[in-house]
Amino acid sequence: MENLISIGVRSIFIDNMIFAYFLGMCSFLAVSKKVSTAFGLGVAVIFVLGITTPINWLIQTYMLTPGALSWLGADFASVDLGFLQFIIFIAVIAAMVQLTEMAVERFSPALYGALGIFLPLIAVNCAILGGALFMVNRSYTLPEATVYGLGSGIGWMLAIVALAGVREKMRYSDVPGPLRGLGITFILVGLMSLGFLSFLGFSL
Amino acid sequence: MSTETAVVKEVKKSEPLFSKKNKKLVTNPLDIDNPITVQVLGICSALAVTTQMKPAFIMALSLTVVTASSNVVISMMRNTIPSRIRIIVQLAIVSLWVTLVSELLKAYVYDVSKQLSVFVGLIITNCIVMGRLEAYAMGNKPWPSFLDGIGNGLGYGMILMIIAFFRELLGGGSIFGYKVFEAVGLDYQGNGLMLLPAGACILVGLVIWVQRSINGYREH
Repeated sequence: MENLISIGVRSIFIDNMIFAYFLGMCSFLAVSKKVSTAFGLGVAVIFVLGITTPINWLIQTYMLTPGALSWLGADFASVDLGFLQFIIFIAVIAAMVQLTEMAVERFSPALYGALGIFLPLIAVNCAILGGALFMVNRSYTLPEATVYGLGSGIGWMLAIVALAGVREKMRYSDVPGPLRGLGITFILVGLMSLGFLSFLGFSL
Repeated sequence: MSTETAVVKEVKKSEPLFSKKNKKLVTNPLDIDNPITVQVLGICSALAVTTQMKPAFIMALSLTVVTASSNVVISMMRNTIPSRIRIIVQLAIVSLWVTLVSELLKAYVYDVSKQLSVFVGLIITNCIVMGRLEAYAMGNKPWPSFLDGIGNGLGYGMILMIIAFFRELLGGGSIFGYKVFEAVGLDYQGNGLMLLPAGACILVGLVIWVQRSINGYREH
């Protein structure tokens, strides 16, 4: 249990998807103009990450690792499907995103309209595939992987809502012309990431 | 050289192979239509792999190959892909190329492939690839699509190399692993901030500032 809490806190703050690994930056920059849309996308990302990470864990453990297919019979014990990892992971993610899209469209048409093109693009949000690949890299167990998926999602939402808050205020500042928009946003992200560095001091 | 001109003559009936329009496809992404600083695509990897120049170079090369080749494949299939499932089709083709590139990297430059870790796999979800497929290859012929892929790959690579140059020089005092400051006899203490995510973000912000001051692009 303690281990799970530590992984959760670690994935939210210390190994934050945005500030430590820059994953999911494209939608992070594009959808962070308003707090309400940022919040909606954040929730969608938590949902998708929370579902796909455990599913991908099951697939990785029972299908893709060398010898994982031995539950099918002794003949399959030597099969190594590791090279299919990317294709299968991305297929799972794309399917889950499609489901999320349908659910959002059904239950919250307003949010569906606001997220627009960015909802299907969660499929190509690096944070989702990154979560799955990191989970494999760090050889988590199933509960750990679930907590890690949810934690990274929460961390991502935290980051995008915070940036949207700052950017809403930025509209009233006098920024030099060429720096306006993307340039100043990058510098803001840099400063925020500097702030998140202080979490490195936590010993877990 | 002579074979090259022969090829050009063959297709001249419709449009020269390197017409002005086609050249623009390669040069525009380097400047006014840069994938990173103007289209805001592919930021994740641009920040994550640029602590040193060698992995950044390999990454830019891999991305150029993947973008160009998936652009060609999608462009050839563009009339037969049903629009409802096009994202899945695109992802499948991109992941095919990425798997190939990843296996090649593991075979020939294993140390760099280890260093890039998950970021080779993440080329699949790199917005540049998907963005170009959606915006260009779905509506154009294979050859322009190929040039478009090459151009965007180079534009991405250019920014990547600029960022990696400053980060490695200021952060570690070296270029391509070669200790520059030691070679000229200076004692340089590496600036750790440059190696951290925060330094990369601020650096990208500054690069965008400089580039937009030069080409006059403004955001409102």
